[in-house]
Amino acid sequence: MSETKEVQSVINDTTLSHAQSLIESLESGDIDSVRQIMDDIASLRESDLFCEMGKLTRELHDSLNTFKLDTKLSGLAESEIPDAKERLNHVITMTEEAADKTLTAVEAAIPLSDEIKANGLELQARWDKFKDRKLSVEEFRELSKDLDNFFPQITEGSVILNDKLNEILMAQGFQDLTGQIIRRVITLVQDVEQGLVDLIKMSSVPEASKAGKKATQEGLETTAEGPVIPGVAHASETLDGQDDVDDLLSSLGF
Amino acid sequence: MKILIVDDFSTMRRIIKNLLRDLGFNNTSEADDGKTALPLLQANDYDFLVTDWNMPGMTGIELLKAVRADEKLVSLPVLMVTAEQKRDQIVEAAQAGVNGYIVKPFTAATLKEKIDKIFERIENG
Repeated sequence: MSETKEVQSVINDTTLSHAQSLIESLESGDIDSVRQIMDDIASLRESDLFCEMGKLTRELHDSLNTFKLDTKLSGLAESEIPDAKERLNHVITMTEEAADKTLTAVEAAIPLSDEIKANGLELQARWDKFKDRKLSVEEFRELSKDLDNFFPQITEGSVILNDKLNEILMAQGFQDLTGQIIRRVITLVQDVEQGLVDLIKMSSVPEASKAGKKATQEGLETTAEGPVIPGVAHASETLDGQDDVDDLLSSLGF
Repeated sequence: MKILIVDDFSTMRRIIKNLLRDLGFNNTSEADDGKTALPLLQANDYDFLVTDWNMPGMTGIELLKAVRADEKLVSLPVLMVTAEQKRDQIVEAAQAGVNGYIVKPFTAATLKEKIDKIFERIENG
């Protein structure tokens, strides 16, 4: 900064001395000297302009260099944002499937438990009557036949209810899988936010054209990619479910 | 049998815990990543480790490698239950010494089958 001031003061002094000489030469009518001084002033202006041009070029060069670091923003817009849409759509599908599975299991379990409860209450009432000795022999025979049918109904019903409860349990796995997907989208949103902040910081610089997917992928975690999403390309070969995984493992000697 | 379940999502830990209870394994504990799991494994006598792959802090594959590098834990059976299903990852897990690999979403039957297989192999030496 002080260097610039010094340069400026030298330029001012030079200009002032030129101006004074020019007035003296004009007053004395020395035309040759007037021409010489005016040429000197012009050349001084040119070198001044040259300095400014150099400064601007340097600034532009620095800005372009900085901007290269942020070309990933274009990459994000080109590939990651559409991918994120696919990911979020997949989250909707998975949550919908989990809700459907849960509701289907509940809808199957409720009538079954209602039936067991109703039969249980009805048989209990007759059993109480039997204990109070208010049941005829015929009625008792009927009760004992109904009890015979009721016991397997309880056992089979419990097995089915257990299955339904397990289906509900397994359906909750969506929370883990969708959570992993949403976390990745959050990382992407943070990347976009950072990119935009950087872009605003240097908003006067024209956009660099060499935006690349490569820069984007380099910026993201690649070791763990989370759940496979239909329609979203993955960096490396993905296997299609447990059977493929088993095949690969058995080929590795498992 | 004492089992440690490691997953960063508590819902998944609960699912696995309930499935294991259904299979007759009642003695389970939980950890939410490799970093908390490793000291638990070192300080207790676990018979079996079920771990996710993708976790913050210390991932499942790092945990597996740490377990295999630990003299006391070197032969602990490890089952990986994860959404990661890239060929390279499965090869890496196999090379690191995983005993079983289940991809999410999975079924109760798959879990039972893999556990049976792991212990069958161990019994047969």
